[in-house]
Amino acid sequence: MTGKPLKQIHLAAHFPGVNNTTVWNDPASGSQIDFDSFEHFARTAERGRFDYLFLAEGLRLREHRGRIHDLDVVGRPNTLAILAALAAITEHIGLVGTLSSTFNEPYELARQLQTLDLLSGGRAGWNVVTSSDAFTGANFRRGGFLDYADRYLRSGEFIDVAREVWDSWDSAALVADTSAGRFLADDALHRIDHHGPQFDVEGYGTLPRSPQGHPVIVQAGDSADGRDFAAAYAEVIFSRHSEFDAGRAFYEDVKSRLAAHGRGRDDLKILPAVTFVLGDSEEEARERSREIALQQVSPQTAIAFLEQVWGRELSAYDPDGPLPDVEPDLGGANITRGRVRHDRDPGAIAQSWRELAEAEGLSIRELVIRVSSRHSFVGTPQHVAEELNRYVQGDAADGFVIVGHLTPGGLDEFADTVIPELQERGVFRTDYPEGATLRELLGVRPPVPLPVAVPAAVLAEERV
Amino acid sequence: MSVPPADRLPPSHPDHLDLGVALDGAGWHPAAWREESARPAELLTGAYWAGLARRADEAGVELLTIEDAFGLQTRQPFAPVDPQETREVRGRLDAVLLADWLAPLTRRIGLIPTVATTHTEPFHLSTAIATLDHASRGRAGLRAVASAKPHEAALVGRRVFPDIGPDEFASPAGQAAIAERFDEAADALEVIRRLWDSWQDDAVIRDAATGRYIDRDRLHYIDFEGRFFSVKGPSIVPRPPQGQPLVTVLAHQRIPYELAAREADIVYVTPHDEAQLRSITAEVRDAERAVGRTGEPLRVWADVLVLIEGTTDAARAALARLDELAGEPLTSDALVVADTAGRIAELIRAWQRAGVDGIRLRPARLPLDLDRIADELLPSLERAGLRTPRDGATLRARLGLPTARNRYEREEEVQAS
Repeated sequence: MTGKPLKQIHLAAHFPGVNNTTVWNDPASGSQIDFDSFEHFARTAERGRFDYLFLAEGLRLREHRGRIHDLDVVGRPNTLAILAALAAITEHIGLVGTLSSTFNEPYELARQLQTLDLLSGGRAGWNVVTSSDAFTGANFRRGGFLDYADRYLRSGEFIDVAREVWDSWDSAALVADTSAGRFLADDALHRIDHHGPQFDVEGYGTLPRSPQGHPVIVQAGDSADGRDFAAAYAEVIFSRHSEFDAGRAFYEDVKSRLAAHGRGRDDLKILPAVTFVLGDSEEEARERSREIALQQVSPQTAIAFLEQVWGRELSAYDPDGPLPDVEPDLGGANITRGRVRHDRDPGAIAQSWRELAEAEGLSIRELVIRVSSRHSFVGTPQHVAEELNRYVQGDAADGFVIVGHLTPGGLDEFADTVIPELQERGVFRTDYPEGATLRELLGVRPPVPLPVAVPAAVLAEERV
Repeated sequence: MSVPPADRLPPSHPDHLDLGVALDGAGWHPAAWREESARPAELLTGAYWAGLARRADEAGVELLTIEDAFGLQTRQPFAPVDPQETREVRGRLDAVLLADWLAPLTRRIGLIPTVATTHTEPFHLSTAIATLDHASRGRAGLRAVASAKPHEAALVGRRVFPDIGPDEFASPAGQAAIAERFDEAADALEVIRRLWDSWQDDAVIRDAATGRYIDRDRLHYIDFEGRFFSVKGPSIVPRPPQGQPLVTVLAHQRIPYELAAREADIVYVTPHDEAQLRSITAEVRDAERAVGRTGEPLRVWADVLVLIEGTTDAARAALARLDELAGEPLTSDALVVADTAGRIAELIRAWQRAGVDGIRLRPARLPLDLDRIADELLPSLERAGLRTPRDGATLRARLGLPTARNRYEREEEVQAS
């Protein structure tokens, strides 16, 4: 090693959710909705000294071939509500959820996030997603109204308004001076006065600033626009680049964009989502990985997965047989709705999968496991810890979003065996600093309060 | 198939009166935050609320409500926010999230946050209260509020609501504007309730043989289409433990009585004496008939703002002192009673005999009057034989409300017969 100081690893814990990574037919698989499951998971993550726990969101149940998709876990809690309940039974861990900037209004969501931030003592974070789809919009007042090209305009302006709400009370606004009869200081409330292409918001916030100023902003976009947006607004990127070389390229690309926004390289942390399988030996871990993959990809799931690419019904095909010889139906792109789609050319994907299956002699189910359910880190706790550390010290990541496959116990083994290995290597905290905010855990700077004299709109222009 | 007898349980215990406490900031007197016992710097902290909620829970109160509004408090209901008004409590935590925070910290008490049906998406409200019900293991409800306030509409910026001053309030235009907001609230509550039923209790089957996690025939699109919005469904949250968490509404006139009669389990009313209580109750019953309510009758609870001291004189003196600090006498939609716990118990007993199902107490001073409710008023009511609390695993059970049957299962039964 060079004389460079060791980077500290940042870890988030992803509550197993609505996708086929989550195994529901294992005897150890518990409820996806009972509070006990969330409590167990949060306590494990806090025992493991994770930076934050994370909940995803989907505001319409997924559909496949025109009916509600029934092969994966279905159903989840309201994100903010469950995070607020978890705030009451945890002390240190950050609480981060995905919340839509399309199907919320900025004043209201900002107030809710600020409530969570105050209740938790500065531990709230917000994974900003902006969807343009009318399918989900059917559950909401305004429907699907957003042009795809406008989604970052909307989320940027949404965050600008939210920041006005979070800054609308001066830091010392609440004086509660009983003898003088002054609850608030004079001139301590500032009028939110935002007028832009997406929003017109006027009025006053209802809450003082939180201990961390603003909730932490998390973002997951991957396009050039998405990376620029993250460089401008986000403090964490929830990245999909879990391979070392791709991770390094992504890391360098995003970090290099920060200077243009007047931000330091440490002010944005890059955390790829990764899965793991542990064992007492490498062989045992590989065997478990194989078993888990078979649970994750049932015969029915394998066919449904293929149907997403082929755009047509394939239920007549044998999951243990060869890939379909029919060509994908390019007009059937909407066969699955309510989930992130493959954005590449289905014909090319089908061709590459056929070649892969032929070269390695894979059945449909084996092929789907191969392309969808490869576990990121498989091995003994020592091996997995070494690999995680190699990624971070090698600038392929600042840490990871750890995705387990079982609710609620999927994180237990990681917390009990991998975390101590990381701690021994001196790259992960052995305890929480007392009273630390999520920003402090992540090592990202708190926002500077907006100076009163400068209208927020001017600052927004300067930032772009 | 006829309606099964489970829908028609006997009326609530004739000698039992349900109790709720309405919590807001430092209490319902505008100067209460200046009391020596007040904790004004902590009003926007979770620890303060945990203390209040646990006190009420341990005292055996059936439910607590949490006041809230979409925007900042104002001195007059429809007035704009005055940022120079620094003499009164300002600021509130979001009530739904506060209730979620209280859920794991309490054991038996019902948690009823105020929700804004005018601006908040009905889909989010439904999933939030369903999640509160899961997190509290069956103790959730809501108090629905419609807002015609222009300053709250400006926080969203998609609609402009007309100014409604004291003069316009009673005018046909003012009443029409208010009626429209209540119609919208009724639609929101209808959507919220349908979404709660959109999953049958047995929808999650985890059938390994067929690879199916759910039986999708047990999930239902709600397909709501109304004047104000359309919502497709189903919910993203499995059916809450109570099936239907409690829906409550505060009402002062015919339009909201009808909203309550259509959609609520409990209506809070504000009589100032027994005669008014009887006439209001009669009007509520009339509203139920007018909207064709079937099943469980609407529960009528009376709100009373209470300040409790050891003697009547001391209570009146304490109220006068607060009024002096505020610079004007306390005014309230609800009856204000500054008296001893014993005298307040007598009033409650009289109202119980006049037909109320419950009383929602609004403590003038927090935490002081909540402590007095717990330490003095509840024992007085118990001595008077008015409190023979039911046990129940859920809030509905504790209030003696029937199990909420799922409307979509009922439809299936009707179709099958």
